Amino acid sequence: MGRAVSSSSGKFKPGDRVRVRTDDRPGHIRTPWYIRGKTGWIERMYGEFLNPESLGHGGDGLPKRILYLVAFNQTDVWGATQAPRDKVLVDIYEHWLDPAA
Amino acid sequence: MARGHHDIGGLPGAGPIDQTEHQLSDWEILADAVNQALGARGVKRTDEMRRAREEMDSEVYRDLAYYERWIASIETILIEKKILTKEEIDRKLAEFETKWGEP
Repeated sequence: MGRAVSSSSGKFKPGDRVRVRTDDRPGHIRTPWYIRGKTGWIERMYGEFLNPESLGHGGDGLPKRILYLVAFNQTDVWGATQAPRDKVLVDIYEHWLDPAA
Repeated sequence: MARGHHDIGGLPGAGPIDQTEHQLSDWEILADAVNQALGARGVKRTDEMRRAREEMDSEVYRDLAYYERWIASIETILIEKKILTKEEIDRKLAEFETKWGEP
């Protein structure tokens, strides 16, 4: 499925602050609703994968997209929580991420 | 557009997750077997199955059990790819109902 790529070919590197895009459009999307618009940081890069947004509709999945593990503070996602020091970890494709301050 | 009926992470009121194990019924095992066979033969992909579930009528989606959603998705994809027609599936279903009685 995925192929490892060198960290230089990704737009982001571990520790970079990112904001999830708030796109709302039809079609198969892997970015959960609850995380759109939230700001976190890159935990690590998995590699590049066929794009499920294309595969879901019978497409060839090309061009491949880089997938990251992105971390968020619980409090940034859910507001007050019983575990404020916990993180939310979500797999998100690069084209769903914008650089954040 | 709005959030999809499948995309319910974080919605309030869902209650706790039922984590008890249960014995799978024969039809559930069969649904899984058909799904895996079609995947192995390159007929469909997991992403297409997910998309088919996401595009279902929301009320139907909520009414169906997990493997019933799988079966409905498989049917959608087989019809889309012109491997089977709706008529062929319905005819076969009617045959089974005559033979075995209504489910």
